[in-house]
Amino acid sequence: MANRSGALEAPAAATPRRSASLWGDAFRRLLKNRLAILGGIIVAFLVLVAIFGPFLTPYEYQAQDLQAVRQARGPVNPFVGPHLLGTDNLGRDLLSRLMDGARISMTVALVVQIVVLLIGVPVGAAAAWFGGRVDTLLMRITDIVYAFPDLLFIILLSVALRETAFGKALDGLLVVFVAIGLTAWVGMARLVRGQLLSLKETEFVEAAKAVGVSDFKIVTRHLLPNASGPMIVAITLGIPGAILAEATLAFIGIGAAPPRASWGSLVADGQTYLRSEPHLVIIPALAVAIALISFTFLGDGLRDALDPKLKGKQ
Amino acid sequence: MLGYIIRRVLWIIPVLFFVSVITFVLMRATPSGPFDSFGGGRIAAPGVVAALEAKYGLNDPPHVQYLRWVGNLLQGDLGPSYKYRDRTVNDIVGEGIGTTVMLGLMAFTVAVLIGIPLGVIAALRHNGIPDYLATFVSIIGIATPSFVLAILLLVFFSVTLGWFPSQSARWWDNPSTWVLPTVALAGFPIAQIARYTRASMLEVTRKDYVRTAQSKGLRERTIVSIHMIRNALIPVVTILGPILAFLITGSFIVETIFGVPGIGRYYIVSIGQRDYGVIMAMTMLFAVAIAVLNLVVDVLYAYIDPRIRYS
Repeated sequence: MANRSGALEAPAAATPRRSASLWGDAFRRLLKNRLAILGGIIVAFLVLVAIFGPFLTPYEYQAQDLQAVRQARGPVNPFVGPHLLGTDNLGRDLLSRLMDGARISMTVALVVQIVVLLIGVPVGAAAAWFGGRVDTLLMRITDIVYAFPDLLFIILLSVALRETAFGKALDGLLVVFVAIGLTAWVGMARLVRGQLLSLKETEFVEAAKAVGVSDFKIVTRHLLPNASGPMIVAITLGIPGAILAEATLAFIGIGAAPPRASWGSLVADGQTYLRSEPHLVIIPALAVAIALISFTFLGDGLRDALDPKLKGKQ
Repeated sequence: MLGYIIRRVLWIIPVLFFVSVITFVLMRATPSGPFDSFGGGRIAAPGVVAALEAKYGLNDPPHVQYLRWVGNLLQGDLGPSYKYRDRTVNDIVGEGIGTTVMLGLMAFTVAVLIGIPLGVIAALRHNGIPDYLATFVSIIGIATPSFVLAILLLVFFSVTLGWFPSQSARWWDNPSTWVLPTVALAGFPIAQIARYTRASMLEVTRKDYVRTAQSKGLRERTIVSIHMIRNALIPVVTILGPILAFLITGSFIVETIFGVPGIGRYYIVSIGQRDYGVIMAMTMLFAVAIAVLNLVVDVLYAYIDPRIRYS
């Protein structure tokens, strides 16, 4: 099997050794973890729903089926008519609204983690690489951000910017995403700093310095790739927090401008009808729950797969 | 150690300064002011608004207003409330803070008393039925946001079953009403603590000193209680500070849903109403809570784990 085209390459060893790269090993360990696989499949499904769902439903998320509401004298029950999951009191199809909500939640997952990376990685890397006063200053800044009550800051920022172009972008969601990211990057900065502080003392960094590689390249080409395992785990496990924060804010009315509805605002809207139409609360709450669990499973699995401390022990 | 504590305590002062400046700037950047509308969307005559703004000094340059706020704060005066004009911010905070702290502490106690045993049992019966049950409970805790848990508890236990009195005047005086808000608040921390304890216990199980204790023939109970749990709890302590801070500052959702007379429920309302004094007071209180609790945890950590040395 080994190298058919390799006339110039060294002859293959008698028993071709399977490459034992970090990523290959980690991926094999991940595949053995059933909960992580389940989480990964659900995450992939949610992402697909977020991208394609709104094109596939027969209803727009804001379209009202008033006739159905009049017939049902209130919200339409699920599993009875053309509306698979029923409608709310205004005749809006719940499934379509859920799918639009999936789009919001998956965008939160993405945008917040991008903000976290964009701020947390440079801050953490600079603190570790330069050390001394730069380190002290940057870590003091993270202390201040850490002491800020998260949700209060996000609420304040989104109310303060509500009337600006930035505050109105993405139906008022962008400012919420960025605000969540602005409170969430501290953990990433501390993680990157800790990782880089130990990597900085390794021999390959000394070798790179000796051959005259620039500081910037050492950090970006040598240090950060070596810290990427824990960073990926932190990103994945940070996603449920971001989704939860967005849903909580939507529940108290901060974020998506109506008629758009995040899962959190669907729960808030359904509250009024909880006794007669419990599905209006239960179904969006289940959607939040499934998203939170699947990202947590996937993140836990990634951590176990990438944690070298457990290597060979399980 | 003492030097470390003193430096950390002193560092809280600049942190609070920056938190207050950021909050102040964000608040003032918010369009419209506290007197632009009154209850029910009534709009006051322009002269009235100007007079009110002049009375509270809202027309002074921002830095003058900020310094006045700091000056009053140093004298223990949190300023007037623009919306509850018969009360000062001191009154509002004084009335509610006890309730908020008590609710947070009750939820914290419940979370620790359930979460730690759950994690320990799960680890001791690793991959057994108790482990799966404990894992199931913690998954539910992680997957259920406090606002969902609060609504479900309220409707099921209070409205449908009628086990707990629902809101009425002075309902909080009856201790049985504390149960549901406490459970709603404790759900997530229980799961967090249980997961953390379980992982930490599993790690300790593989340690040499545990194998030594086993080969010495010590009783299982002794090994678990003296050698395993005590060591496994060291990392768990580090997450307890953030959890308590989260419970005290994050209770405003639960307070709003259940109508708990704490300070948290004022927060959202006061931002909507631009009640600057209340917003500043809440943010500062919560920031103090976070900073102090983190300090306590760090000191406690060094105390229970003599290997940790702060310089």
